[in-house]
Amino acid sequence: MSGALAALLPDGRRLHLQHGPIDLIIEAFGAPEEIKLAYQQAISRFDTVLDELVTELDILRQATTASVRGAVAKRMLAAIEAHAETFVTPMAAVAGAVADEILSALVSGRILERAYVNNGGDIALHLAPGEVFDVGMALEYQPADLAGRLQIAADDPIRGIATSGHSGRSLSLGIADSVTVLASSAAAADAAATLIANAVDLPDHPAISRQPACELDPDSDLRARLVTTGVGALSAADIETALTRGQRSALDMKYRGLIAAASLSLQDHVLVVGDDSHPLTTSKKLSRQKEVVHA
Amino acid sequence: MTPEKSPTEKIRCDACPVLCYIAEGRAGACDRYANEDGNLVRVDPLLIVEHAKDGQQNLVEFLKDDSGEWDGDIVAGKTGFVTAVGAGTTYPDYKPAPFIVSSEVNGVDMVTVVSEAIYSYCGVKIKVDTDRHLGPEQNTVRADGEAVGHVTTGEYGSQMLSLGGVNHLTGGSKKEGRITCETMLALCNGEARELTVDDGATVIVQANKPPIVDGELEERMRVGCGSAAIGMFAKQWFDHVDEVVVVDDHITGVLSEHQAGRMLGVPGTGIRIKGRRSTPGRYFQVAEPGSGWGGTDIEDPLSIIEKFDEKKAKPGTSMLLVSTTGDHSAYYELDHDIAPQQRDMPKALADSVKRVQENCEPALCSVLFMGGAGGSLRAGVTENPVALTRSVRQTLTYVSSGGVPVYIWPGGGITYMVDVSLMPKNSFGYVPTPALVAPIEFTMRRDDYETLGGHMSSIVPVESVLEKSGLRSLDGPSGRPSPTAGQNFPWGKG
Repeated sequence: MSGALAALLPDGRRLHLQHGPIDLIIEAFGAPEEIKLAYQQAISRFDTVLDELVTELDILRQATTASVRGAVAKRMLAAIEAHAETFVTPMAAVAGAVADEILSALVSGRILERAYVNNGGDIALHLAPGEVFDVGMALEYQPADLAGRLQIAADDPIRGIATSGHSGRSLSLGIADSVTVLASSAAAADAAATLIANAVDLPDHPAISRQPACELDPDSDLRARLVTTGVGALSAADIETALTRGQRSALDMKYRGLIAAASLSLQDHVLVVGDDSHPLTTSKKLSRQKEVVHA
Repeated sequence: MTPEKSPTEKIRCDACPVLCYIAEGRAGACDRYANEDGNLVRVDPLLIVEHAKDGQQNLVEFLKDDSGEWDGDIVAGKTGFVTAVGAGTTYPDYKPAPFIVSSEVNGVDMVTVVSEAIYSYCGVKIKVDTDRHLGPEQNTVRADGEAVGHVTTGEYGSQMLSLGGVNHLTGGSKKEGRITCETMLALCNGEARELTVDDGATVIVQANKPPIVDGELEERMRVGCGSAAIGMFAKQWFDHVDEVVVVDDHITGVLSEHQAGRMLGVPGTGIRIKGRRSTPGRYFQVAEPGSGWGGTDIEDPLSIIEKFDEKKAKPGTSMLLVSTTGDHSAYYELDHDIAPQQRDMPKALADSVKRVQENCEPALCSVLFMGGAGGSLRAGVTENPVALTRSVRQTLTYVSSGGVPVYIWPGGGITYMVDVSLMPKNSFGYVPTPALVAPIEFTMRRDDYETLGGHMSSIVPVESVLEKSGLRSLDGPSGRPSPTAGQNFPWGKG
């Protein structure tokens, strides 16, 4: 069995941490000696993260409010707490929670301008006062002229970005190609993106194929629930119906302060939930809220 | 360690503490390990094609070391060839991260520049071994309703499709570009895709698998055209039957009129075939193209016979009708009114039909990726990009894709074709532009690399790339030259 791996990427700047399914790309900005210490802290924390998770995996795969011991497990539970009305297990926030945990170890006691921990697209951010992050939004097949770039400033209440969807790595109950969420932490964004992506759906639509999750992944926390395995061509009206369902879920989360913004995409259509001041709507071609645009 | 197999063909992966159960055909939580036919295989980026130390061309098989123990990360041999599969990933800030690695092979210091190139200019050429009519040449080929290519000129026993290219990728609607990219990606990664030809057939194409045309699996590639089949089997038919017609949409052959029949002294039977006579015993356009007999649209083979000439035809004349693959055959005898009546086929003729079938090769779809390695990619190799093109032309630089030899088109640029079925699994990716991402490696002598203005300071020994990146070795195709083998270069040829 292989252990945790750590290596600097060939650019000499970014740190790559990998253990089993966890794959992190990390970059810190600041004085070279501070970056070095920060990377050492991250590596040292990362060493046991997967083992800690694995000891409580059985609990974390259930819709539960049981108490857990691990720091990452606690972050996962906290992230899904606000969504108790929906079926969700702590696993919905695992990628984001790992990113948050490693970011926290990275910056602890260090003086850094900025830093990010990218866990396969679920990203935890650190911003010192006055600093800004430019983030490229590489949505599935999004044409270059629409590929969003957004700015996140230290004053924004955003420290996490996460993306979910049926074409991604995890199984989804919905049909969104991708849902990207900005929230206060990567774990919060991760859980919200998962649930909004689940909500983008057209139950019983003939163009959508589904399969019990356990047939695809015997360990899945979704058990025998039907997950999306294929989405055929949909009419514009169907796409709007599905996206509107996701939008309802996203707006509800926004009103409750759980997310800052969300971008939902399904077959060339993109819908953004945010507000005028919000970074996600600054990209000139993305629509304002409640509007379905044809990309 | 041997992965445990449970009765339901799930396997338990022990590569990391998660200990995933992985269902057949699926990957574990990490997307690095997968269950392929009950075996645990690694499927993640950056592959090392290993070459046996003695310089032979065999590739070391993954997971086949003597101890049977495997820690999942260490490359077994020392002489590796780094392929570009997965050389640049790290979502979401996609940046190709080329490696420039050196290794010593048979005393020659070799350099390989490894990159994953983004090809907005790329396409897929598909050869579908079938006589069935897929659709008129030039007609549009669609995937999910979008135009992704067209039917191009037919070749020997095969229908040819040309997909992708810059115009479908970037010239049409966004959806057209997206579906084109998706279709090429799937086909290049060895997946099956359903393609529909306007006014033609629906064909399921998968690299190195038989085509499925309108729901029917094509098992055999034709033995030859109808006329060639007459030539090949005339002697075997001569003793057992008076007339043979090999039904073929392109060139239908008639034994008694054919040169081969005349040489054997086969008497005329008075048969009159529809269509346009090309030369004696060879007929074009006997019917419309389709998925019936021999690539025509006919189900009743008698429909291609206009009549029997009453003056020449004799009652009792026997006749075999057979398609170019032997998939269709029927036996007739002329009654007193010289009308053909179907009869049980004599054993000798049934055997000859079987012989036609045996002489057909298995029908397959072959998928070639075609891409042009343009300006910016070359800049990653050298400060003087045109020097790389020249070095490739002089064959001082050997080009491979995922470690597999490529065919480089003559003329300008570095435009190449590669058989995707030889490449490591899932070698291809995409970017949202849309464009395909494919591995490419340039291998040359260290001296030659310096001459063409290479980034000499970026060279790292192959061993250190292996150590740092946690790379995996690869169960590659055997019998192919290693990209670093001397025989690929003018200086290494005997």
